[in-house]
Amino acid sequence: MANSTTEKTRVGAAQPASMMAVLAPAVGWLIPGAGHMIQKRWIRGLLLFISITTLFLLGLAMQGRIYKANGGDILDILGFVGDVGSGGLYILTLALDWGQGAIAFATADYGTKFMIVAGLLNFIAVADAYHIAIGKKR
Amino acid sequence: MTITLNHFSAAAVFALFASIVFGITHRETTRDMVRYGLYCFAMFLGGVLVAGWAMWVLRR
Repeated sequence: MANSTTEKTRVGAAQPASMMAVLAPAVGWLIPGAGHMIQKRWIRGLLLFISITTLFLLGLAMQGRIYKANGGDILDILGFVGDVGSGGLYILTLALDWGQGAIAFATADYGTKFMIVAGLLNFIAVADAYHIAIGKKR
Repeated sequence: MTITLNHFSAAAVFALFASIVFGITHRETTRDMVRYGLYCFAMFLGGVLVAGWAMWVLRR
Protein backbone atom coordinates (compact mmCIF):
# COMPACT_ATOMS: atom_id res chain seq x y z
CA MET A 1 0.00 0.00 0.00
CA ALA A 2 2.76 2.41 0.97
CA ASN A 3 4.72 1.48 -2.17
CA SER A 4 1.83 2.34 -4.50
CA THR A 5 1.46 5.74 -2.85
CA THR A 6 5.17 6.40 -3.25
CA GLU A 7 5.02 5.38 -6.91
CA LYS A 8 2.08 7.70 -7.56
CA THR A 9 4.02 10.55 -5.99
CA ARG A 10 7.04 9.76 -8.14
CA VAL A 11 4.96 9.58 -11.33
CA GLY A 12 3.34 12.91 -10.47
CA ALA A 13 6.68 14.54 -9.77
CA ALA A 14 8.24 13.16 -12.95
CA GLN A 15 5.67 14.81 -15.25
CA PRO A 16 7.24 17.76 -17.04
CA ALA A 17 5.64 21.14 -16.46
CA SER A 18 3.45 21.88 -19.46
CA MET A 19 3.54 25.17 -21.28
CA MET A 20 0.05 25.90 -19.95
CA ALA A 21 1.28 25.63 -16.34
CA VAL A 22 3.44 28.68 -17.01
CA LEU A 23 1.22 30.52 -19.47
CA ALA A 24 -2.07 30.34 -17.54
CA PRO A 25 -0.80 31.98 -14.33
CA ALA A 26 1.12 34.64 -16.27
CA VAL A 27 -1.86 35.57 -18.46
CA GLY A 28 -4.19 35.29 -15.47
CA TRP A 29 -2.07 37.75 -13.51
CA LEU A 30 -1.95 40.22 -16.39
CA ILE A 31 -5.68 40.04 -17.16
CA PRO A 32 -7.86 38.73 -14.30
CA GLY A 33 -9.73 35.59 -15.37
CA ALA A 34 -7.75 35.16 -18.60
CA GLY A 35 -5.85 32.21 -17.11
CA HIS A 36 -9.15 30.36 -16.92
CA MET A 37 -10.34 31.53 -20.32
CA ILE A 38 -7.30 30.20 -22.19
CA GLN A 39 -8.08 26.83 -20.62
CA LYS A 40 -11.64 27.06 -21.95
CA ARG A 41 -13.23 27.76 -18.57
CA TRP A 42 -15.13 30.65 -20.16
CA ILE A 43 -17.81 31.30 -17.55
CA ARG A 44 -15.43 31.02 -14.60
CA GLY A 45 -12.94 33.30 -16.35
CA LEU A 46 -15.61 35.85 -17.20
CA LEU A 47 -16.96 35.91 -13.65
CA LEU A 48 -13.45 36.32 -12.24
CA PHE A 49 -12.73 39.09 -14.71
CA ILE A 50 -15.94 40.95 -13.86
CA SER A 51 -15.52 40.51 -10.09
CA ILE A 52 -11.86 41.50 -9.81
CA THR A 53 -11.97 44.29 -12.39
CA THR A 54 -15.15 45.82 -10.94
CA LEU A 55 -13.72 45.72 -7.42
CA PHE A 56 -10.54 47.43 -8.61
CA LEU A 57 -12.35 50.08 -10.67
CA LEU A 58 -14.78 50.77 -7.85
CA GLY A 59 -11.78 51.33 -5.60
CA LEU A 60 -10.40 53.84 -8.08
CA ALA A 61 -13.77 55.56 -8.41
CA MET A 62 -13.98 55.85 -4.63
CA GLN A 63 -10.76 57.90 -4.73
CA GLY A 64 -8.67 55.05 -3.35
CA ARG A 65 -4.91 55.34 -3.34
CA ILE A 66 -2.59 53.06 -5.29
CA TYR A 67 0.67 51.96 -3.66
CA LYS A 68 3.93 52.19 -5.55
CA ALA A 69 7.03 50.06 -4.97
CA ASN A 70 8.56 51.25 -1.74
CA GLY A 71 10.95 50.22 0.98
CA GLY A 72 9.37 52.13 3.80
CA ASP A 73 6.58 51.31 6.20
CA ILE A 74 5.60 47.62 6.35
CA LEU A 75 1.94 48.47 5.71
CA ASP A 76 2.92 50.39 2.57
CA ILE A 77 4.96 47.40 1.38
CA LEU A 78 2.02 45.06 2.01
CA GLY A 79 -0.27 47.50 0.23
CA PHE A 80 2.02 47.40 -2.77
CA VAL A 81 2.09 43.58 -2.73
CA GLY A 82 -1.72 43.54 -2.70
CA ASP A 83 -2.04 46.13 -5.46
CA VAL A 84 0.50 44.49 -7.75
CA GLY A 85 -1.65 41.33 -7.79
CA SER A 86 -4.04 43.10 -10.12
CA GLY A 87 -1.40 42.86 -12.86
CA GLY A 88 -2.46 44.76 -15.95
CA LEU A 89 -4.93 46.91 -14.03
CA TYR A 90 -2.15 48.02 -11.69
CA ILE A 91 0.24 48.75 -14.56
CA LEU A 92 -2.47 50.70 -16.42
CA THR A 93 -3.36 52.69 -13.31
CA LEU A 94 0.26 53.68 -12.75
CA ALA A 95 0.74 54.51 -16.42
CA LEU A 96 -2.31 56.80 -16.44
CA ASP A 97 -1.32 58.31 -13.09
CA TRP A 98 -4.63 57.40 -11.48
CA GLY A 99 -5.16 56.53 -7.84
CA GLN A 100 -3.10 59.43 -6.50
CA GLY A 101 -5.82 61.03 -4.39
CA ALA A 102 -5.18 61.89 -0.76
CA ILE A 103 -7.41 59.79 1.49
CA ALA A 104 -9.62 62.46 3.02
CA PHE A 105 -12.75 60.49 3.89
CA ALA A 106 -13.77 56.97 4.97
CA THR A 107 -14.97 55.71 1.59
CA ALA A 108 -11.66 56.70 0.00
CA ASP A 109 -9.97 54.40 2.48
CA TYR A 110 -12.46 51.69 1.49
CA GLY A 111 -11.45 52.34 -2.11
CA THR A 112 -7.80 51.73 -1.24
CA LYS A 113 -8.78 48.47 0.45
CA PHE A 114 -10.94 47.45 -2.53
CA MET A 115 -7.94 47.74 -4.84
CA ILE A 116 -5.68 45.77 -2.48
CA VAL A 117 -8.29 43.02 -2.10
CA ALA A 118 -8.84 42.92 -5.88
CA GLY A 119 -5.13 42.17 -6.26
CA LEU A 120 -5.17 39.52 -3.54
CA LEU A 121 -8.23 37.87 -5.09
CA ASN A 122 -6.40 37.83 -8.41
CA PHE A 123 -3.51 35.96 -6.74
CA ILE A 124 -6.04 33.31 -5.67
CA ALA A 125 -7.45 33.19 -9.21
CA VAL A 126 -3.91 32.80 -10.60
CA ALA A 127 -3.24 29.88 -8.23
CA ASP A 128 -6.53 28.31 -9.32
CA ALA A 129 -5.60 28.68 -13.01
CA TYR A 130 -2.30 26.96 -12.25
CA HIS A 131 -4.05 24.09 -10.47
CA ILE A 132 -6.30 23.60 -13.49
CA ALA A 133 -3.27 23.65 -15.80
CA ILE A 134 -1.43 20.94 -13.87
CA GLY A 135 -4.57 18.80 -13.59
CA LYS A 136 -5.03 19.18 -9.85
CA LYS A 137 -8.45 20.72 -10.40
CA ARG A 138 -11.00 20.20 -13.17
CA MET B 1 -15.88 59.85 -11.94
CA THR B 2 -16.35 59.60 -8.21
CA ILE B 3 -18.53 57.06 -6.46
CA THR B 4 -19.51 57.45 -2.84
CA LEU B 5 -20.83 54.32 -1.20
CA ASN B 6 -22.12 54.20 2.34
CA HIS B 7 -20.63 51.72 4.78
CA PHE B 8 -23.21 48.98 4.25
CA SER B 9 -23.31 49.19 0.45
CA ALA B 10 -19.49 49.12 0.35
CA ALA B 11 -19.54 45.99 2.52
CA ALA B 12 -22.26 44.41 0.36
CA VAL B 13 -20.36 45.07 -2.89
CA PHE B 14 -17.16 43.73 -1.34
CA ALA B 15 -18.99 40.62 -0.08
CA LEU B 16 -20.56 39.96 -3.47
CA PHE B 17 -17.36 40.03 -5.52
CA ALA B 18 -15.17 38.32 -2.93
CA SER B 19 -17.76 35.54 -2.59
CA ILE B 20 -17.85 34.97 -6.36
CA VAL B 21 -14.06 34.57 -6.47
CA PHE B 22 -14.02 32.36 -3.34
CA GLY B 23 -16.78 30.15 -4.77
CA ILE B 24 -15.02 29.64 -8.09
CA THR B 25 -11.55 29.06 -6.69
CA HIS B 26 -12.29 26.97 -3.60
CA ARG B 27 -14.64 24.31 -4.99
CA GLU B 28 -14.59 21.75 -7.81
CA THR B 29 -18.10 21.41 -9.18
CA THR B 30 -20.48 24.12 -10.33
CA ARG B 31 -23.06 23.21 -7.72
CA ASP B 32 -20.49 23.35 -4.92
CA MET B 33 -19.14 26.66 -6.25
CA VAL B 34 -22.59 28.26 -6.12
CA ARG B 35 -23.30 26.88 -2.66
CA TYR B 36 -19.94 27.96 -1.26
CA GLY B 37 -20.26 31.40 -2.87
CA LEU B 38 -23.68 31.88 -1.26
CA TYR B 39 -22.31 30.64 2.06
CA CYS B 40 -19.42 33.13 1.93
CA PHE B 41 -21.78 35.96 0.97
CA ALA B 42 -24.08 35.14 3.88
CA MET B 43 -21.13 34.95 6.28
CA PHE B 44 -19.70 38.27 5.07
CA LEU B 45 -23.00 40.11 5.40
CA GLY B 46 -23.91 38.27 8.61
CA GLY B 47 -20.55 39.28 10.06
CA VAL B 48 -21.16 42.91 9.10
CA LEU B 49 -24.60 42.90 10.74
CA VAL B 50 -23.36 41.17 13.90
CA ALA B 51 -20.38 43.52 14.19
CA GLY B 52 -22.66 46.51 13.58
CA TRP B 53 -25.09 45.49 16.31
CA ALA B 54 -22.20 44.64 18.66
CA MET B 55 -20.79 48.14 18.22
CA TRP B 56 -24.26 49.63 18.76
CA VAL B 57 -24.56 47.69 22.06
CA LEU B 58 -21.06 48.69 23.18
CA ARG B 59 -21.75 52.33 22.39
CA ARG B 60 -24.78 52.47 24.74
